[in-house]
Parts: sequence; C-alpha cells; structure tokens
Amino acid sequence: MTGITLYDKLWNEHLVCVEPDGSALIYIDRQLVHEVTSPQAFEGLRLAGRKPWRISANLAVVDHNVPTTDRELGIADSVSRLQVETLDSNCAEFGITEFGITDPRQGIVHVIGPEQGAILPGMTVVCGDSHTSTHGAFGALAFGIGTSEVEHVLATQCLVQRKAKNMLILVDGQTEQKVTAKDIALAIIGKIGTAGGTGFSIEFGGDAVRALSMEARMTLCNMAIEGGARAGLVGVDETTIDYVRGRPFAPQGSDFDKAAAIWRELRSDADAAFDVVIEIDAATIKPQVTWGTSPEMTLPVNALVPDPEQELDPVKKESMIRALQYMDLKPGTHITDIRIDKVFVGSCTNGRIEDLRAAAEVVRGKKKAASVKQVLVVPGSGLVKNQAEEEGLDRIFKDAGFEWRDPGCSMCLAMNADRLEPGERCASTSNRNFEGRQGYGGRTHLVSPAMAAAAAIYGHFVDISGMAEKTPRVPTNPASANVHGNKPKLHRKAKPTVATAAKAKSVAKPKEQTGQQGKPRATGKTQATTPQPEKGRK
Amino acid sequence: MKPFRKINSRVVPLDRPNVDTDAIIPKQFLKSIRRTGFGPFLFDEWRYLDHGEPDMDCSNRPLNHDFILNQPVYRNAEILLTRKNFGCGSSREHAPWALSDYGFRAIIAPSFADIFYNNCFKNGLLPIILASETVDRLFNECNTGYTLTVDLVEQTIVTHFGETIHFDIDPARKHRLLNGLDDIALTLRHAEAIKAYEAKRAVAAHWLFTDLK
Repeated sequence: MTGITLYDKLWNEHLVCVEPDGSALIYIDRQLVHEVTSPQAFEGLRLAGRKPWRISANLAVVDHNVPTTDRELGIADSVSRLQVETLDSNCAEFGITEFGITDPRQGIVHVIGPEQGAILPGMTVVCGDSHTSTHGAFGALAFGIGTSEVEHVLATQCLVQRKAKNMLILVDGQTEQKVTAKDIALAIIGKIGTAGGTGFSIEFGGDAVRALSMEARMTLCNMAIEGGARAGLVGVDETTIDYVRGRPFAPQGSDFDKAAAIWRELRSDADAAFDVVIEIDAATIKPQVTWGTSPEMTLPVNALVPDPEQELDPVKKESMIRALQYMDLKPGTHITDIRIDKVFVGSCTNGRIEDLRAAAEVVRGKKKAASVKQVLVVPGSGLVKNQAEEEGLDRIFKDAGFEWRDPGCSMCLAMNADRLEPGERCASTSNRNFEGRQGYGGRTHLVSPAMAAAAAIYGHFVDISGMAEKTPRVPTNPASANVHGNKPKLHRKAKPTVATAAKAKSVAKPKEQTGQQGKPRATGKTQATTPQPEKGRK
Repeated sequence: MKPFRKINSRVVPLDRPNVDTDAIIPKQFLKSIRRTGFGPFLFDEWRYLDHGEPDMDCSNRPLNHDFILNQPVYRNAEILLTRKNFGCGSSREHAPWALSDYGFRAIIAPSFADIFYNNCFKNGLLPIILASETVDRLFNECNTGYTLTVDLVEQTIVTHFGETIHFDIDPARKHRLLNGLDDIALTLRHAEAIKAYEAKRAVAAHWLFTDLK
C-alpha cells in the first residue's frame, strides 16, 4: 500500500464530513485575526445574529495599519485608526483575545502566533491573510482565506474545501554560506513560477530544509503562496518540537510529552506518492535579487538584468518589457550595479530575531551609504524587539544610521505611514515586488536580510557570498540565545521565557561550545532519530 | 449573495498575465470596514493618472486613456477576459468585491490564483477557466463590439460568432452560485457532526482547546 503524505494526514484528521457532491467540511483549530480582513466578517455575524462557534480558537492582533513610531501619539490616519479600533471593539464584544497596539506581545500576526505557542503541529490554521502559509513550518495545515471564509470559520469553526494536490520540493545538498531560506524560496519560485504551485500543497523536504531552523522554515513556507500554493509544509522533527516547548499557549509538562509523541508522526510516509516532485540542488543556489514586478522575476545577485528580446513566449516577453519599464532597468545591467534609495528589513517573511541578527552581522561597525535615504528595521513583534535590544542589535543598526522601529507590517505593504515615494527603489526583505506594493510608483527588489543590510551599506546590491568575513550560522553571542526558540540544537537549552509579556526577559545562559556548532547542517540529518520522509515519489 | 445564471455582455480584454490583487485593489482601499464602494477604485493605479485615496471623488480624477477599462465602449461590460494566474498575491476579498462592485459578473482566464478563485464564488462572481489556446483565440477575436453569452446552468460560453465552448466547474460551487446560497447556513446543518468531531478531538488532543488567556 502506498504511504500517505503529510498533507493528506492533516486533511484526513480534520475531516468533519463529506457532502454528497464531494466537497468536504474541514475543522479549523486556530484562526488568527487582524484588522484588515475581519471587520466585514464580524459585521456579517452581527447582521445574521450569529455568535462565534468557539471563541478560544481565535487570536487577534493589530499589525497592518499600526504606526512604527510614536505609538503613544495614536494613529494619525483616521481611516487606519477606525479599522484598528473596529478590531478592538469587535474582540471586546465577542470576547476574543487580542494583542492591542500597546500590548508588548503585539506584532505581525504570523510572527506572534508561533511565538506564543498558539500554532502547534498538526493544527489547521487559517487567517484572512495569504501568508498564513508560514505556519506550515510546524507540520500544520495553514492557509490564507478571504473575509467571507473568516466569517464562516467564526460562525462554524469549519470551512468547505476541496482537497489540494501534493507537491514535494526536495532541496538536497548543502547551501553556500550566506544563502538563506529566503534565497531558497526565491530560487524555487524562479524555477516553478508564481503559478507553479496553484492547486497544490507544497511540502518542502531534503537535507537543506531539515537543516533549517524553525524561523528559516517559516520564511520558506511563508513564500509558498508566492509560488501559487496556498499551503507550504515541513514535516515535524526535533527542531519543531524544541521550538514549541515551553511557549505560553503550548501544552506543558506531561501534556507536552504526550503531544510531542503524536507530533513526531506528522511527516509524510517514506513511500508516500506525490503528484509532482521537484528537486533542487542546494549548492547551486546563490543569494537572490528580484529584478521585476513578480516574485518569479528573480536572479542570482551575480547575474545580469535579462533581455526580453531573448524571450520566445510573447505574453511573457510583454510582461518582462512592462516590468523593466516599471522598474526603470535596462537589459544587461549587472544586478550589483543597481543603486537603491531605501531599505526595508522586516515583515512576516523576514522580521524574526534570526533575520535581525543576520542583518546586524553585516552592518556591525559600518555606516549606511550616504546615497541611501532611509533604512527601516522593523521587528516582527514586541518580543522580537525586546530580544534584539537585549542583544544590542538596535545599537548596531542605529550606529549605522538605520531607523529602529516598533513592530508591524510596515513597508511590506505600506498601509501605514512607512512607504516608498514614486520612483524610489528599495531593497526589501518582504515577500512581494508587485507594482505599487510598497508605495505608489515604488520599485521593490526582494532579498534576504543580509543582502538588504549589505545594500544599505554599499548603496547598491552586492554579492555577499563573495565577502571575506564569515557569518556564523548560529549566534555566538551568549546573550543572544533562545528566547524565541531558535535554539541551536547542539547547545544546552535555555529556559524558554515567553510565558507572559511581562516576563519576556531573556534568561539565556551562555552556551556550551561543542565544537560542532559552526556547521550544524554538515551532517544532513538533524537527529539520529529523525526519519527521512522524503523518499517516496512517483 | 446574488445568484448567477446567464449573462450576455461585452468583453473587456485585459491582456496581462499574473494580475495581482494589489493591482486589482491597492492597499490604501483596504482600510475600509465596509464590503461595498470599491468599484470606483478597481485597478486604481492603472486606471487613473493620479494617486488614489479612499473617499476620493473619482469622477474628477485624470484617467489613463491607454488603460482598456477607460474606453467608453466597455463602460457596462460584465465579462473580463484575461491571462493566466489572475488574482495572485494577497488573499484580500476586496479584489472580488471591487470587481463585482464595478459591475463584472464573470472572468475568463487560463488559470486563477487559488484564494482569489475561491473568494469569487462567495460574491456571485463566476471565474471561468478555459484552455490557454481557447483564451488566445478569444483575445484574437475580441474587438470593441465583441460579446459573449455565459450560461452557468449549461456550463457554456457562446461566442459572438455562435461557437459554443464548454467550461468545467465544481458541482457544489455551481449549485451555490446558481442559487445564491448562504454557505454558513449550509454548514450549520452539520452542527451536530461538528460538535461530535470536537468532542472526539478534545479527548485525543485536548491541548488544541487551550483557552488563549
């Protein structure tokens, strides 16, 4: 008998019933809620006289509209303010837990959920936000939905769904130094295209994926939607379990052990059949920079801006011409000759502590290029911000002339005051380079945090893989351990401390040097006991 | 929800692949807490020469006359013909709200992004997937006077020249769209099954039901 994929296991586990017409009712364990896609859903409930089915399944936070400076002054834009206040009043009315603008746990919805242990392996997770795919990193079935479905989940705790097909993307081998999950994600999208994953749930496997930290896996799954797949997945292993352990909403003590035993089964069977298998050699992936207005328009940093004249497909050629026009780029230009005006480090893709560390590592002791007008560093949550400040990362950024901001979605989509002006060019760690995404007429190049930081220092893109100094893959600063659970596995664990915001202080202990830490991915296997589920393929 | 059965209309050819939901309705309009009023801002950055903001009076804004939607002949068109991966990007339901509020009832493309496709059905908007070659042909045939008849009951498109093209659609979605049914009411018919599922799960994995306080 053929084995079962992780996606199919999660699907089967959440099946409430199947209609005669074949559509399935799927139970939803967790709904994350933010201010932009929920007001009409709550209004719909009220108009129909309905109540939320299970209030404790929902966790709300304000993130898209919040200012990243001078919070005590409130939100200047009255339309944004009304939307934030509407979430506050809806959560108060229906009794839903909300991290409001002054809550130290407030942050980007896809950062705070995992951080609080509100996302657990094996869950179904939805949110009115396409980047809900982030949570697939936990071996959870997580996908973005529209507002009508937000209302549907509020009212019924279920969704009517059609089963997706299974795709496996195997990234085997070892990545070069400074090639991150963001580069892997962009390289994958460059290969499969932005519609490559449409109709699929994508599971990421292979030893380069197994070697990624939880935060890096979140970055990878976050971008699954940019490859067209509503859901990305990574099978559970000890990296997953270690991350979840001790988080405030995660099970504790013997409950945790019981849960973990179940979670360890959450991976595709060795002989599971996938509809499509794509293999990528990790060693061939270079730091990526997007050159166009779609995430699939990505290239290695050492490449040249492509020439539409070389493209045979007329529709594709036309969109390349449009993209180059919008981006004001000429074919044949070296990517490293592209000069930038602004830099954005943050977002649900790259706003976690490891991302800030990677950026800080490049910046340490250096200054922003004079030609760069503004560099925003926006932590993904209040707890990420606290942690970064304890590690002194904020000083590194400020000394370099960067702006250290309060948490939120910020210039990823520019719904607050943080935005590009027409014609400005930005190196951004966010997820979308669509026309106008970061501000009307703004031009976005998607990159990893280290690449963005380097662009801020040099004023143009640089090939950081060619840089002499070696960026450690795991923090070497003793103070930088563990509050957010990105615990290098070869170290003794520090006690997780995010139990409450008030207690969110690092009690990290100096790490024991094992002599192996520099190359945690060299073995290709994270734990001797970790099964390798990615072998089955059609 | 407005039921969808059969329409006959002019067709707007929007000849671009990968039209994303940021282009369909830019982010500044997502600040609204209402479901209506997005139509004037549909494709805002392509349609107007200035920068749009919520609550603007669009009747006085400078139009981009190069943009297809601004050609007067297409003013009341209800069918949009476009290229692959329409509606990619953000999950914002404001995109189908804007298309629907503008007056579109059906969109024809070789493929749609999953979330957008799903959102259309919640708003009486019919997304029709046709083979790429068929879409190519429609683009070639399509001129300013070109009309199509879309019949959901028969699952057919009848072209300006009388050719009949069949399209596929999930039977459940078809049924809901034809009758304008309320999804939530339909799901709540299974309330007992949902409760039974929860009771079983609460025993097997009670940590899934932790109170988030």
